[in-house]
Amino acid sequence: MADRVRGESLLAGAEGPVVQFENVGMRYGLGPEVLSDVSFEIAPHSFQFLTGPSGAGKTTLLRLILLSVRPTRGLVSVFGEEVSGIASDTLTSLRRRMGVVFQDFRLLDHLTTYENVALPLRVQGRAESSYRAEVVELLRWVGLGERMHVLPPLLSGGEKQRAAIARALIARPELLLADEPTGNVDPGLGRRLLRLFIELNRLGTSVLIATHDFALMDLVDARRLVLGEGRLRVETP
Amino acid sequence: MGDTAPLSRKTARTDATRSGARPGPGDAAAAEPPLPPTLRRNAPLVPTDSAASRSLAAVIAILTFLAALCAGAAEMVASSADQWQGAVAQEVTIQVRPSPGRAIDADVARAEALAKATPGIATTRVFSKAEAERLLEPWLGSGLDLSDLPVPRLVTLTLAPGPSPDLKPLRASLAEALPGVASLDDHALWLRRLSTMANTFVGVGVGIVALVLIATGLAVAFATRGAMAGNREVVEVLHFVGADDDFIARAFQRRFFGLGLRGGIVGSVAALAAFAAAGVVARAWRTGPAGEELDALFGAFHVGWRGYASVLLIGVIASVVTGLVSRLTVRRFLA
Repeated sequence: MADRVRGESLLAGAEGPVVQFENVGMRYGLGPEVLSDVSFEIAPHSFQFLTGPSGAGKTTLLRLILLSVRPTRGLVSVFGEEVSGIASDTLTSLRRRMGVVFQDFRLLDHLTTYENVALPLRVQGRAESSYRAEVVELLRWVGLGERMHVLPPLLSGGEKQRAAIARALIARPELLLADEPTGNVDPGLGRRLLRLFIELNRLGTSVLIATHDFALMDLVDARRLVLGEGRLRVETP
Repeated sequence: MGDTAPLSRKTARTDATRSGARPGPGDAAAAEPPLPPTLRRNAPLVPTDSAASRSLAAVIAILTFLAALCAGAAEMVASSADQWQGAVAQEVTIQVRPSPGRAIDADVARAEALAKATPGIATTRVFSKAEAERLLEPWLGSGLDLSDLPVPRLVTLTLAPGPSPDLKPLRASLAEALPGVASLDDHALWLRRLSTMANTFVGVGVGIVALVLIATGLAVAFATRGAMAGNREVVEVLHFVGADDDFIARAFQRRFFGLGLRGGIVGSVAALAAFAAAGVVARAWRTGPAGEELDALFGAFHVGWRGYASVLLIGVIASVVTGLVSRLTVRRFLA
């Protein structure tokens, strides 16, 4: 299933961007515009950072890509699908092609680390025995091999972060979105996690990392989408 | 985890796993320690065993218990009424009234002869004067001299088994041979009243069962909405990792069906136990002096297999209602 989706995206990717924003404006209720006239594209297999001061709208932009909010104006297309009035079946299939690491991890506290990481495969209706080896291997690889039976409230901040990242990677998404993925880990682990994202990108996944850690961004020559006062500026290395 | 090789290996490995190949002996994972035996791998996605779940299971158990009692009682009334009707319908009575200037014994003998000549009458029994007077004792007291009273005499006729015979010719010949003296009572009025009463009981029982099931459904709908609101985070994460609405609805349905099943089983078993206990108590009473009369008046306390089956069926229906209602509620909540 994932292979088929990836195959399609490679073909589609040769033609169109993974994410495309055209003059997108976004406000919550009657409040001021959080984003104004934001236009950019995320190309297939690309790697970029999204940065800007706190409250600049990074999380809102990620939520727009994740289709959890709709733009107030402008056009948002994800995997070539324009998202206004999208059917819920299509929404699900688009989300299955994305992996996301939330700033607050969003691990389910009543499930073990193993179950949390396996969640994207489980919701596809796959049998537990069919993905056990994959999940265990990824958990061991992110250093959670000894912690897979632990419930998230007992994990440290760094362990939660790695579990959240493993959950985002397990279904080998075509697009990875990460909101401050290195915010809770020491710089050494932060660099190792960054290398993980870079390798994932080499294997074909488009990566967008929201961060305001300049030291981290300086480690990679990547495009930077800079948000400030609701507007977006693209800096290319 | 410092180098980049493991992710590539992981990718190659997962490809192999997906295509059905077994990991080879040289595979790195083979050297890894085995999975902890206590690792929980497939826990329900919706958290269970909260205080709210236990309350809901208790509410479902209580409602199932009440519905099952109702259904069992209705079934008992229906079957008792059936038995009673059967017994009463097997008998008709000829009443012969004393009349001045007539020999009542001759009239009774004449009536009995007419009855015996009628096809479909199996046996006849004449109540003697003493027997007829004894029937009045409960109302008038014993030790009275009733010889001056014009006490009517009865002849009971037992009908042959099979379809009830046509009693019109007998009625006509009695009216002709003993005009104004003998009358035939086939208990039609009683039977009609009895069956109306039994049907009313059964109807009320079915109505109460339906109401209780509706109440169960509403309680489950409220509880589901509460659970959805309490698990908003879970629902959101499930959506983000690619679960569709149907998957989420099924997860909630499974959890609530489990609760419904638990409540339904507890309620049904409690109802079965209540009927069994009531049966024991009724048997104990029946051994007393008034037992025979109670039995005759109300019928034996007996919940047949249909009663027990309906009790169990209500437990199953309560669980199914719980599952379905929670699924519908979740679908509507997500829409």
